[in-house]
Amino acid sequence: MTERRGLLDRWRWLGPGLLIAALLAMWEIAVRITGTPTWLLPAPTDVGRSLIDDRDILLPNALVTLSEVLLGFLLALLAGIGLGAAIFRSPTLDRVLYPIIIGTQTIPIPALAPLLLVWFGYGLLPKVLVTALVGFFPIVVNTVEGLRATDREVVDLLRAFGASRSRIFRLAEFPSSLPSIFAGARIAVAVCVIGAVFGELVGARAGLGYLMTRAISQFHTPRLIAAIVLLSLMGTSLFALIGLIERLALPWRKYVTASRD
Amino acid sequence: MPGMPGDRLELIDIVSTYNEGGRRLKALDGVTLRVGAGEFVALVGPSGSGKSTLLDIIAGLLSPDSGAVLLDGAQTTAGQRLGRSAYMQQRDLLLPWRTTIGNAALGLEASGVARATAERRAGAQLERFGLGGFGAAYPAQLSGGMRQRTAFLRTMLPEKSLLLLDEPFGALDALTRADLQAWLALLWEQERPSVILVTHDVEEAIFLADRVLVLTARPGRIALELPVDLPRPRTRELLASPEFLSERTTLLNALGILHGQRT
Repeated sequence: MTERRGLLDRWRWLGPGLLIAALLAMWEIAVRITGTPTWLLPAPTDVGRSLIDDRDILLPNALVTLSEVLLGFLLALLAGIGLGAAIFRSPTLDRVLYPIIIGTQTIPIPALAPLLLVWFGYGLLPKVLVTALVGFFPIVVNTVEGLRATDREVVDLLRAFGASRSRIFRLAEFPSSLPSIFAGARIAVAVCVIGAVFGELVGARAGLGYLMTRAISQFHTPRLIAAIVLLSLMGTSLFALIGLIERLALPWRKYVTASRD
Repeated sequence: MPGMPGDRLELIDIVSTYNEGGRRLKALDGVTLRVGAGEFVALVGPSGSGKSTLLDIIAGLLSPDSGAVLLDGAQTTAGQRLGRSAYMQQRDLLLPWRTTIGNAALGLEASGVARATAERRAGAQLERFGLGGFGAAYPAQLSGGMRQRTAFLRTMLPEKSLLLLDEPFGALDALTRADLQAWLALLWEQERPSVILVTHDVEEAIFLADRVLVLTARPGRIALELPVDLPRPRTRELLASPEFLSERTTLLNALGILHGQRT
């Protein structure tokens, strides 16, 4: 069983790996054959060279973006779970606040970035806020829906045992909403990367988004694509990291999925 | 019944209604019953006779439309009954993120005992409930019988003087069910809580109970009361005895007459 699953894992990575390798090879060959200038479309090897040669510029800026993403994500996580729990517990908040929160999703939040720039300047704060605003929504919605999906009979069981409202929340409702909250957090962390870059594109002194605007104005196209590669790596690693934390925090889930096979 | 014990529970003329398509229908229509201290009462009836509604009312989850519920002689509101009995529903309702010990401790924790204390007390009872060595297992890793034993431990651990058991063996295979029935009979004889067992298994009712009450189909009403005069401790051998068979015939006849009346 474990052996077979290990094998499956290997096959699962093999497919996308081969596909990416084939696409990169085709890209490389096409650029070389047509003699496309590097500033217009660099070959993958040019991007690779930029990743190595420009590492002293790329890495510090990547760290700036990463810190914006992490701070914004944490803010979104705290606010999202807190407000989600409040909306679940209070019918008034559910009626008044929840529709407004859902309504804000029609606002393109990155469009708020210039406004935040005017308010808070060129520093870290406006980027963290844009990041938090885009990450907040999936977390708050998944928290509310996760809490609502609690088995009503379990709630009745605890009530019959004399448990208070807050004890029922702690013993049953919150733990049973955790898989849903983790699912929201995985989506949130990926969009947080986009949010941070948007914040930087509008106006910044550091970060991968800032590096991209500089690179494109100087026709450093390999560096631009190198920055995009790093952003994509950052997004997928954070996504995988949340998955890992989830597996460690909710060890029981593997048995539940196993029994459904 | 010699030396009639004090009543643990008394229901007087309970009427309960529910909404269906804008109409109010009666689930229970004037149910009156009493359960003595340390008495085991089985409630038998067809599906939809409001048995679960009756247990919800006793547990305090539901207020009847009219009628009185007395616990230990004192009239109570639904809110006052919460926490007074231990309720075991049809599904085992084990929390998938808690281990056997954690799930068994849940009833104690719900009534305010600290988690560490509750789990220690649960751990001390694992052997007795046939769960030795499975304390750290998650529900998804347990068999149906083990899951039900865990639910029983969760129900019994807070040592409430009134147990409400809603078809606790309903989801089990015949062999496991017979096994657990005998085990419950033994356990009950050691602790002697008052029990209301809802079931539609006539043999189970006779095997376990001191008294069997028969409910009619919706709206539920007590149609028949049958004292079970079988010696205790009861074991599986009893099932083949002529006394058991005659009790069973009496009950089945009574149920058959009831059925005949309705059709």
